[in-house]
Amino acid sequence: MPQVFRRPDSLKEAPFRYCPGCGHSIVHRLIAECIDELGVRERTIGIAPVGCAVFAYDYFNFDVIECAHGRPPAVATALKRLMPDRLVFSYQGDGDLASIGLAEIIHAANRGENLSVIFINNATYGMTGGQMAPTTLEGQKTSTTPQGRDPSLHGHPLRVAEIMATLEGVSFVARTAVDGVRGVKECRRLIRRSFECQLSGKGFSMVEVLSPCPTDWGMTPVESLRWISNRMRSTFRTGIMKDRGVDDWRRG
Amino acid sequence: MPGQLLMKGNEVMAEAAVRAGCRFYSGYPITPQNEIPEYLSWRLPEVGGVFIQAESELAAINMVYGASAAGVRAMTSSSSPGISLKQEGISFLAGAELPAVVANVQRGGPGLGNISGSQQDYFQSTKGGGHGDYRLLAYAPFNHQELWDLTMTAFDKADEYRNPVMILTDGVLGQMMEPFVPTEYVPPGLPPKDWVLDGCRGRPPRVIKTLYLGEGELERQNLKLQKKYQRMKEAEVLYETYMVDDADLVIVAFGIAARVSLSAVRLLRRRGRRAGLFRPVTLFPFPEREIGDLAEAGRRFLVVELNLGQMVEDVLLAVNGASEVRLYGRCGGSMMTPEEVVDAAERMESLDTRRRVRVSLK
Repeated sequence: MPQVFRRPDSLKEAPFRYCPGCGHSIVHRLIAECIDELGVRERTIGIAPVGCAVFAYDYFNFDVIECAHGRPPAVATALKRLMPDRLVFSYQGDGDLASIGLAEIIHAANRGENLSVIFINNATYGMTGGQMAPTTLEGQKTSTTPQGRDPSLHGHPLRVAEIMATLEGVSFVARTAVDGVRGVKECRRLIRRSFECQLSGKGFSMVEVLSPCPTDWGMTPVESLRWISNRMRSTFRTGIMKDRGVDDWRRG
Repeated sequence: MPGQLLMKGNEVMAEAAVRAGCRFYSGYPITPQNEIPEYLSWRLPEVGGVFIQAESELAAINMVYGASAAGVRAMTSSSSPGISLKQEGISFLAGAELPAVVANVQRGGPGLGNISGSQQDYFQSTKGGGHGDYRLLAYAPFNHQELWDLTMTAFDKADEYRNPVMILTDGVLGQMMEPFVPTEYVPPGLPPKDWVLDGCRGRPPRVIKTLYLGEGELERQNLKLQKKYQRMKEAEVLYETYMVDDADLVIVAFGIAARVSLSAVRLLRRRGRRAGLFRPVTLFPFPEREIGDLAEAGRRFLVVELNLGQMVEDVLLAVNGASEVRLYGRCGGSMMTPEEVVDAAERMESLDTRRRVRVSLK
C-alpha cells in the first residue's frame, strides 16, 4: 500500500509536547514539510523565540538557535548576511515580535534583510500564563485584563502585517489562520512562498498566523478554532498584503 | 620610530580587530566611541566583512550573537549607557558560550552622565554585568600599543574560552592620538569551531541555547562555566609593575588612571619617596595573588581610579587585612593630575599606621 502520510525529515522523532489544540504543533509541521519539499533541510538555520516555541529545537531536525526575547530578527540578520546561501527563518510569537521586539522586526524588514519570519499571533502571552499581548482583541479577557481589553486604557490590537506591508524593504507579507483545513493548507502555501521568496533572493518576507491557544483562552480546542474564525479574523484580516515580484525587487 | 602609526585610540582598536580576523561588527552611535563604527563601516567591506549600523544597542549585541553562532569573529563597541543596554546580549553570549569582543569606551555616569573619560563601569565589567552568574575576561589597556595588542588578544581569548571578552577603555584613550607599532597578528592554534550553526549537512543538527529547565541542568551548566572562569584565573592574569621592588607605597591603578599614576610615581621618587605602581592589565581575572604577596611583604596601597571606589574592593579582598589600603578617586568624567595623586600619597605617609586597614576617599 502506498504511504501517503509520514513524519517530515525536518521533524525529529519526538512527540509534540505543546498543549492539546495548540497551533504551534501545526505550524511546526507545516514549516518542516515546506523545508523538506524545498530540499534545504541541511542548509537551514531556524531561530527559536522566547515563549512556548522556545522548544522548537526539540522538534526541528535542523540547526536552531535560541535567543533573547524579541531579538530573533537581529540574530537572523547576522546569520543571513554572513551565510547568504542558507535558509534563515525566525519563528516568533506576538509578545516577542509585536511588543518587545517591534524595533528589531521593523528595522530588519526596513533594511530588506533576505529573511523569512513566521509570526504566530495567538492574541496572548502563552507561556507566561495568558497576559494581554499587543494583539489581544478589544474586550478579550486575559490575566492582566480581567475585565477585558479596554482600548482607552490598553490600546488597540496591533496589526503588524499591515504595518509591514508599508515598508519598502518588505517583498512579501501575508496573514492566515490555522482554524480549519482551508486555513492550514493556505498557511502551508504562504510559508512555502515566504521561503521561496528568500531562496530566490527577493528579500524580507513574513507570514502572520492566527493560531489557537486553548489553554490561555480557557476554551476547548474546537471552541478556539471557532473563536479564530468568528472573532480574530474580523480584527485581523487574512490575505496577502504585499507580494512584490522578482522584477520589482531592488536591494537598497 | 620607523614603522609607527599615529591614530586615534578608537581607530586603533578598529584596525586591530580587522587584522585579528574580525569580519562582523554591529553598533549604535554613542560618544565617545563613534570612530569605531565609522572606521569599520568602510574598512570591513574592504576585507569582505559585514558592518551593520543597528537600530539599537540591543539589536547590535544580538547581531553579534548571530554572527558568532555563524563562527565569524564578531565585535561590538559602545560607551557606558550603551554597554548597559548590551548587558542582555552579553549574558546570553556567556550563557550560550559564544565568543565575542565588546569594547566599552567609558564615559561618566550614572544615567547619561557626560561624554568625558571615566572608569565608573569597573564593577559592571568585572562582576558579570548582566543577569546570571558569569564573568567576562576584561582587559584594561593603558596606551595605544595595548589598545592594538590587547584587541587582537581579545579575539583569540574569546575563541579559546568561548566567552565574551571586554576591552574596558575610556573616552580619553579612545579620543587621543599617539604613536604605536602595528605589530603583526599571529594567529594562535585554536581548536576548530565544532559548534557553529551553518546548516546540518553531513552532521546531526546543532542547537545553541541558554535555557536549561531540566532538574539540575542549569546548575551543571553554571558549574561548567565556573570551571572556565577558574581556568582564566589560573592562566590569564596580566599586570605590570613599575619600581615596586623597593617601594613601601604601591599605587594600584589601571587604564588612563595608571598613566597619571605613573607620572605621580616619578614625581614621588624625585622627592625621595619610595613609591611604585602596580597596574592590572586584566581586571578579570584580577591579579589578587600578586597584590596579596606585596601586602604580605609590608607594602601599603593607594588605589587611584576614575570612580569613587570600585577596583579598591578587589584590592581589599586581595590584601585581606594584611596592610593598609586607601583610595584616591575622581569621578563624573573629571581627571586627576599627577600632583593630586602625589598629595594623596603624601597624606598617606603621615597617617597613623597603627590602624592598618583603612579605606577612605581622598
